[in-house]
Amino acid sequence: MPKHEINPNKWIDLYSDYLYNYTIARISDREVAQDLVQDTFLAGLKSMKNFKGEASERTWLISILKRKIIDHYRKINSNKGKAEVRINYRDEETEGDWLEERVADPFDKTAEDTMQNSELGDAIYNCLSKLPEKQADVFKMKTIQGIETEVICNELNITASNLWVIIHRARTAMADCLKENWF
Amino acid sequence: MKKQSFLFVSCDEAQHICDKAQYDEASPWEKFKLKIRLSYCKITRAYYKSNTMLTKRIKESKVECLDRASKKNMKKELDKAIKKQVN
Repeated sequence: MPKHEINPNKWIDLYSDYLYNYTIARISDREVAQDLVQDTFLAGLKSMKNFKGEASERTWLISILKRKIIDHYRKINSNKGKAEVRINYRDEETEGDWLEERVADPFDKTAEDTMQNSELGDAIYNCLSKLPEKQADVFKMKTIQGIETEVICNELNITASNLWVIIHRARTAMADCLKENWF
Repeated sequence: MKKQSFLFVSCDEAQHICDKAQYDEASPWEKFKLKIRLSYCKITRAYYKSNTMLTKRIKESKVECLDRASKKNMKKELDKAIKKQVN
């Protein structure tokens, strides 16, 4: 019996920010990153039947996204006439089962800092995924997007004191979650 | 009802000021009151330490997320594709 289930109706709420952040750490163009995330969801939907439930939905979507990112770099490189990346697993059956060949990693920016930032980003998103949805939303809007208190309150129809209570709970939970490895 | 002190704040209030300070939304007077509380309250100090560390780590990570409008559009497209697949 599969351990993980698949539910595309929840993908955007649960994984869009995580996938976008994963992509933006590897491709600095926001518009392209957004398109790749969208393509990933659509590709995931098409190949849902290949989801075996052995990995989590998020891991499975990331494996598709990785391929999309590589494809993006291949396209750029082939436009320049110097394609360096080859992928042999391209049939519909293996969508989402992508295996990495021994090729140069196009998104390895070599700098240790970048790698650490991306690990920290992953840790932050892991902690965010443990928060109740509303807390995570408010925290992201306020802390990551830097949206003004008043705007968030209007958009989510909450009072400023509500917002600060939510922020306080989210910050406490986030700090506890990150404490072990990052503080 | 307990009368609010002019200079001294409760632990909860100090933590609230500390939260606001992370977003530059605490007034200089509030920050001063927080400093006083920090000088003698262990709990506030511990909260302040982990709270400022959280801000530091978030900044370092350069994490980003999608804005609500983009997410809404994405959802619309995916919903369309889901409906198409079902039919």
